[in-house]
Amino acid sequence: MNLLDPQGPVAAANSTILIDSVVIMLAIVVPTIIAILAFAFWFRASNTKARYQPDFVYSGRVEMVVWAIPALTVILLGGVAWIGSHQLDPAAPVPGTGSPVRIQAVSLDWKWLFIYPDQRIATVNSLTVPAGAELNIQLTSSSVMNVFFIPQLGSMIYTMNGMVTKLNLRADNEGKLQGLSAHFSGDGFPDMMFDVNVISPLSFPDWVATTAKTDAVLNEDSYKKLMQQGIEKGRPTYRLEDPRLFDLIATQHIPPGPGPELVSDAGRPHSGGHDAR
Amino acid sequence: MPAARTVEATMLGKLDWSAIPFDQPIPLIAGAIVLVGILAVLTWVVVKGHLPYLWHEWITSVDHKRIGVMYILLASVMLLRGGSDAIMMRIQQAIAYQSQGYLPPEHYNQIFSAHGTIMIFFVAMPFVIGLMNLVVPLQLGVRDVAFPTLNSVGFWLTATGALLVNLSLVIGEFARTGWLAFPPLSELSYSPGVGVDYYAWSLQISGVGTLVAGINLVTTVLKLRTKGMNYLRMPMFCWTTLASNLLIVAAFPILTATLAMLLLDRYLGFHFFTNEAGGNVMMFMNLIWAWGHPEVYILVLPAFGIYSEVVSTFSGKPLFGYRSMVLATMAICIISFMVWLHHFFTMGAGPDVNAIFGIASMIIAVPTGVKIYNWLFTMYGGRIRFATPMLWSVGFMVTFIIGGLTGVLVAVPPADFMLHNSMFLVAHFHNVIIGGVLFGAFAGFEYWFPKAFGFRLDERWGKIAFWFTFIGFYVTFMPLYVAGMLGMTRRMQHYDVAEWRPWMIIAAFGMLLLSIGVLAQVFQLVTSIRNREALRDRTGDPWDGRSLEWATSSPPPVFNFAFSPDVRGEDAYWAMKRHAKEQQLEDHPGPEYQDIEMPKNSPTGFVCAFFATVMGFALIWHIWWMVILGGIGAFATFVVFAWRDHDEYVIPAAEVERIDRINIEERRSLVSMAGAV
Amino acid sequence: MSMTAALGHAHADPHHIGVVVEHPGPAPKRIVTAYGFWVFLLSDIVMFSCFFAAYAVLVDQTAGGPKGSEIFEQRNVAIETVCLLLSSFTCGMASIAADVRNRFWFYLGMAVTCVLGLIFLAIEFNEFADLVSRGYGPSRSAFLTAFFSLVGCHGLHVTAGVLWLLTMMAQVFAKGFRADVLRRMMCFALFWHALDIIWVGVFSVVYLLGGGA
Repeated sequence: MNLLDPQGPVAAANSTILIDSVVIMLAIVVPTIIAILAFAFWFRASNTKARYQPDFVYSGRVEMVVWAIPALTVILLGGVAWIGSHQLDPAAPVPGTGSPVRIQAVSLDWKWLFIYPDQRIATVNSLTVPAGAELNIQLTSSSVMNVFFIPQLGSMIYTMNGMVTKLNLRADNEGKLQGLSAHFSGDGFPDMMFDVNVISPLSFPDWVATTAKTDAVLNEDSYKKLMQQGIEKGRPTYRLEDPRLFDLIATQHIPPGPGPELVSDAGRPHSGGHDAR
Repeated sequence: MPAARTVEATMLGKLDWSAIPFDQPIPLIAGAIVLVGILAVLTWVVVKGHLPYLWHEWITSVDHKRIGVMYILLASVMLLRGGSDAIMMRIQQAIAYQSQGYLPPEHYNQIFSAHGTIMIFFVAMPFVIGLMNLVVPLQLGVRDVAFPTLNSVGFWLTATGALLVNLSLVIGEFARTGWLAFPPLSELSYSPGVGVDYYAWSLQISGVGTLVAGINLVTTVLKLRTKGMNYLRMPMFCWTTLASNLLIVAAFPILTATLAMLLLDRYLGFHFFTNEAGGNVMMFMNLIWAWGHPEVYILVLPAFGIYSEVVSTFSGKPLFGYRSMVLATMAICIISFMVWLHHFFTMGAGPDVNAIFGIASMIIAVPTGVKIYNWLFTMYGGRIRFATPMLWSVGFMVTFIIGGLTGVLVAVPPADFMLHNSMFLVAHFHNVIIGGVLFGAFAGFEYWFPKAFGFRLDERWGKIAFWFTFIGFYVTFMPLYVAGMLGMTRRMQHYDVAEWRPWMIIAAFGMLLLSIGVLAQVFQLVTSIRNREALRDRTGDPWDGRSLEWATSSPPPVFNFAFSPDVRGEDAYWAMKRHAKEQQLEDHPGPEYQDIEMPKNSPTGFVCAFFATVMGFALIWHIWWMVILGGIGAFATFVVFAWRDHDEYVIPAAEVERIDRINIEERRSLVSMAGAV
Repeated sequence: MSMTAALGHAHADPHHIGVVVEHPGPAPKRIVTAYGFWVFLLSDIVMFSCFFAAYAVLVDQTAGGPKGSEIFEQRNVAIETVCLLLSSFTCGMASIAADVRNRFWFYLGMAVTCVLGLIFLAIEFNEFADLVSRGYGPSRSAFLTAFFSLVGCHGLHVTAGVLWLLTMMAQVFAKGFRADVLRRMMCFALFWHALDIIWVGVFSVVYLLGGGA
């Protein structure tokens, strides 16, 4: 999950900006730290060789330099920020080979649901994508806020109930990656890690066909079961009955997920009464 | 599903025996130990007959020096609590690889929420407010802050907040949402327990206290300076106090409003931030960070002021570029209100908005950089003495620059798209808060302790504390930067990624070093109290200081100055010393001593806080009759206060003269001291 | 060594501007009190602005419930506004009476201010109760939440103001026009006038802007 080992163009660009910014700033920071330690050492009271200049309290030249150094750095980095923010806007499509794959991601308590509306399948906690293809991801949440993040593929984005956020990625190399939620969402939050399988674009349709043969169906009813709070240890897959399921979730036609069970609190500290109001 | 209402339920709201964690050993034992400790201290105090002294001299005191000390004492005690939370977290994360560790999620989630809440609101805030309270009136050459009784109210309300948070350990639970309690997780449906209520009411109450302190200090700096002290002759610490408290006045009402909205959602079914009926969670993010970003500048600006004082004093030189520093301070103050969106670049605001806020966030690094360079050039040409406060200052400069670098880094939106909410971010903000605020608090503590108590702190233990804390900080937090670069996000109670584990283990070891550093501080305090006669500060000026607080005795008399100083330039006290040395004033007949009027002590603050605690507790547990009673009590307290006929007492001129003469005698030794050129 | 005049030739005029305005020393109590209270009022205005902002964000979130134009009664708003504006006037009269130590006009001014404030509160309470009874309470939709909160926050401040008003009348009755009582009266008057100004903001943003069908 190393940020410095990108497997896609978005992560690569983000990491490049990251490293470049650090290097630019180190060019200022390292000499400054050296100067701090050097001055502190040289002008120590016991050093009789150092010249005591108690009236050195103002120097126009020094002021100009000390305002200029941070200002110039900031101007440079500001340019990087402006250009980078526009080029790497999560909503901007990342062109790829083959046909784009539409993915609709829903964060639940405490699992990820990935709907492939065009392929009529859905998976939980496992995302399979073809290498090199443009990935158009729409995201929402069934309940609380989460953040969708695959460190080696690129930018993270919030998921919020009743709203749709957009993220575009591309995975360039076949292999196994990992993703996670990067926003604390409750007791099961650490278990929201998901697998990312980047497979060859030739075998992707086969994977879709195999997955579609499953008995499990994803519709409003099975989705409501998924909404119940709990961790998902397996990697269930579904046939997608209604391709508009994501829209129903995102527009709150399916109401937001329920919170913790009020009646039983096994394993939870007693919090003095469960009266909701 | 609400249970049938019984009489008992109405009397005690949601409170019943299940609120006490009989089935959880850790909070139970911790709570029991603390309770026993408190009872032991109280018993000792009462049995030894110290209660009248404590009541008259400290609890009801409206003296800014006493209140400042109490703030710092509160902060120090809470540092131990917040630090214990941190130790627990580091151990859990070192252990919990492919395992649940020793802390189940419900606990771990409360611990990190409590850790953040306590450290920001009940350690860092009280520490800097305490130092500002203690020092600013002395530096301004006046007798007290603008509103002394209100000052006491502010402190005791802060203490109420701290009490409520700690009470949640043993009665009920704390929030499990993180220190900013984002909805929808913090809404009633996803957090049905009392935890978020403890969090919100505690912060509402202490927020009032903080606002009161802000109003007090702004008015003091702007309206109460001694004769001749123009704005550009104030010590730098007073400028940063002004900037920080202007931020408090402007930002804390946002916190008040936002918490009120969350509480209205939770208690009365409102829909500010709910998923249903049109609530908007993004609005919470905007509001809370519009407070949250100025908050960190509220914390760090006074620390910057402390460094200005310490570096200049221990280099034996005036501060370099004073006017530039003033400009930089006020620039930071204003820009800090324009950057809040950088806390949620990843929420999808779009490239223009993200870029603008990113650039604004970088711009704030300019005046900050200027300050660092001005401290650097203050050292240049100086004769630097490496007493403990100066060690903390140099340690700060190095550490804070690194934190600033990582801060400007995450201000670049594409970089933040990879690092938001990761351990890298955790390392960044600890870098700047520990390196900036905590080091500054310790520097200020070491520097002004003699002024407050009349004896210095043991230098050897001070240095030990510094080195263990300094090195411990790096060993704890540098690995967290690495973990963030390896994709680890924050607040994970357990994890399965093998690459992260070694860094968690190193960080836990670093916590050990940090803990030794904190213990060394405690040891320093204990040792210094034991040896206080040998460490006595007789002259009031142990460091060869430059500003007016060093013109008073240690500790100063209740009225601070027998005569209000008349100031003609910066570094007012330095000029006084030079003049006195030049003129060798021995028997210069001074003006006539006058009677001095001082504000009377008052139990208003303590009583008001008592009722606030009652109300807060009652609101959390839905005990409505207790809320009403508490409210009536609080109102009655103010009415009783307003009905006072005598709010001041007079110190007769003869007494003033007696006290002052002692100070003058002790200072004669200073006149012949080598110090001023 | 004298602690008085620090007669250093130090840095009174380091840039040789030629004019140095010497700071005269700490301000008198009356000014300090008023200044501090102003600072508090500014902080209170910041808090109100958060509720204004929330209103602006949530005004269209009616969740199938009513919009502003469907529930606002402009006539009541007009009466409320007149009451508050008049009450500011009578509060000013009471302040002047206090300045010239005239008890009768002080009590009269304060009493009328109190009555006008109570009328305002009664109308507002009525409006709220009516809406709640029709099912249009604050838990109906985010818009109604924001409406009730903003207007209600102002109403709570007016309620606190009325309590303060009565306390001031009691203070003058018990202690006369003592210096500290007068300082508090000045703060009260500032508070009352500020509430009036905020009401102008409230009725403009909420009722006038939102009232157009």
